Amino acid sequence: MIPRHLIVGIAVLLAITLGMSFYAWKMRSRADRSELSAENSQPVAPPVSGATEQVILYVAYDDTGVLRAKPVRIPLPAGRQERAAEMLRALLNLYLDKFTPHPLGPGSDVRDVYLVDPGLAVIDLNAAFADSHRSGILVEELTVVSLVETLSANIPGITRVKILVDGKDRDTLAGHADLSIFFEVPAINQLVVQLQSTQ
Amino acid sequence: MRWSNPPASVAPASHWRSRGRLVPAVGAILAFTAVLLVSGAPEEKHISIFSTAANYSLPVLERNGDEYVGLLELFEPLGAVNAKTAGPHWKFRYYDVESEFTAGKTRARIRGSDFDLPSNFVLENRRGLVPLSCLGTLLPRILGGPVTFNQNSRRLFIGNVAVHFTAQVSKTTPPKLVINFTAPVNPMIATEPGRLRMVFTHEAVVAPGSSVLTFDSTIIPSASFQENNGAAELVVAGTLPLIATFSHDGRSITVEPPAQAATPTQPPQQTAAGPAPASPTSVTTTPAATRRYFAVIDPSHGGDERGASLTSQLAEKDITLAFARRLRQELEASGLATLLLRDGDSTLSLDQRASLTNSAHPAIYICVHAASQGNGVRFYTALVPAGTENRGPFLGWDAAQSSYQSASRAAAMSLAKELPGKQIPARSLIAPLRPLNSITSAALALEVAPASDDVSQLNSPAYQQLIAGAIAAGLADLRGQLEAER
Repeated sequence: MIPRHLIVGIAVLLAITLGMSFYAWKMRSRADRSELSAENSQPVAPPVSGATEQVILYVAYDDTGVLRAKPVRIPLPAGRQERAAEMLRALLNLYLDKFTPHPLGPGSDVRDVYLVDPGLAVIDLNAAFADSHRSGILVEELTVVSLVETLSANIPGITRVKILVDGKDRDTLAGHADLSIFFEVPAINQLVVQLQSTQ
Repeated sequence: MRWSNPPASVAPASHWRSRGRLVPAVGAILAFTAVLLVSGAPEEKHISIFSTAANYSLPVLERNGDEYVGLLELFEPLGAVNAKTAGPHWKFRYYDVESEFTAGKTRARIRGSDFDLPSNFVLENRRGLVPLSCLGTLLPRILGGPVTFNQNSRRLFIGNVAVHFTAQVSKTTPPKLVINFTAPVNPMIATEPGRLRMVFTHEAVVAPGSSVLTFDSTIIPSASFQENNGAAELVVAGTLPLIATFSHDGRSITVEPPAQAATPTQPPQQTAAGPAPASPTSVTTTPAATRRYFAVIDPSHGGDERGASLTSQLAEKDITLAFARRLRQELEASGLATLLLRDGDSTLSLDQRASLTNSAHPAIYICVHAASQGNGVRFYTALVPAGTENRGPFLGWDAAQSSYQSASRAAAMSLAKELPGKQIPARSLIAPLRPLNSITSAALALEVAPASDDVSQLNSPAYQQLIAGAIAAGLADLRGQLEAER
């Protein structure tokens, strides 16, 4: 027969074990929750405010059909991709202004900019950008070159740019400018020189 | 983990009855969807017009269950026309012949006499539409000459423009089918297992005595001719693969098996099922290589693709065609043979345009565009994408222009210098513009913009003529240089 004091001792130890396990499980859950909330509290993108930086926007002018470099000061986030997207949005804000030199359709926006593969930048425009864009070789070319040159002039190391619309490949911007190709920055630089003169 | 099915008794009988009704319904919807997907969109109807002035095609419109065509568009390529709308009345003038139509009425007046249309005249946005079935009687009244209209195939022949042909199989080994036409032809050709199809969209080729021709040959036993939706089609049946070659400036087509196919190691086996089944795989070629064109002019857009809307009523595709016709006229007047890639409102893909041009081996390719922005004329040469390399004799499709870029740029700059002398501003630029980068000759695009802020100037014959004349003169000066680099 098992002595009574031994049964009591085992029961007490079992109760302590269960209590410790429950306590450990509760502590672990609390730690997980605090880690998760710490992760969630981190910003997805740094706030675009505070100190401003100078960037060069290449702005299209329809009246003369030229592209001009325009230095502006805008607040920029820290990440390279986020900076690229903000620069293009600053350019688009000029084009969406009431007194714009190169109007874009309402709702035109840059969905994202991806800096992938060394030297490659991918600009993802929204559907409204392309669907509402005016049709014509020069007017479409000015838009494309303005975007590509603004990006490559301000983000070092970009050698090629690809333009997507709504995340997908598109044949042309609005019936003329070929978007199926990768734009080589040296070739675009050559085109910018041509587009800076009215001759 | 185990999944357990509920006992059958859990599902009430009504549930199974409703499922029984649901299954056929879902099946019917799926079948209907499949039929829709397989059938696709209905083919757009066209009428083809063949005349001594131009061969072109126009879209046929369905109104009140009848087929209609725009009268002004039909006459525009034939000569001087204008139309005025006054309330429900539509006055139409072709040279000095005046006609008057009334919206919703069948009675019209032509040359001062009454004329009854088979269905009501339709006036839409100042555009006069007449029933297709009346063209055979209406057009001779306005034109004052003979017109032949085949309503079933929607092919209209104005004057004596029909192109006839004879077909004969030679007794040589392998046999050759020689088809001789009374005028040069330029059909689209598709080779398929068991047959070779020739589609004539811009030639007034008419049926021989019989629609089916039979030959005393086991390799080329027959050919059949049919007309449909503005086009004529000649299908040559063959028990071996067949190819077509052109001679006599496009007046003769020889159909024969290629050399290796003509000497098979095993004789072709004729199965009880007849000729080999057609497969969707086809190769499209053009005979243009047999001709020698100095320039190929490509009026951009066309058909379903309108291009830019220059004004609410003015589409880029119409201006490019009108301007391209003037440019061709000017070049031909200077003795420069010119091929127009589209001479009507037809749809051509960019790759088709490049393919047709490369087959013609011109000295220069000129793609015509029009825009409402800016002033004057802008010349563009290709921005050839990097990453596609030409390997030896094989040219990458996207970079085929790379060997001709210097010639293209020299031509663009030279032409841009020509226009300011005519008080027309001009620029020369590079642009990412298809199909320039796939052209294997000097290639440029020109974008015509109005000289002032008045966009309607683009439609002005005088303005178009001024630019076309200056460009043609510039090209004539460049002839020697371009021919040398061909």
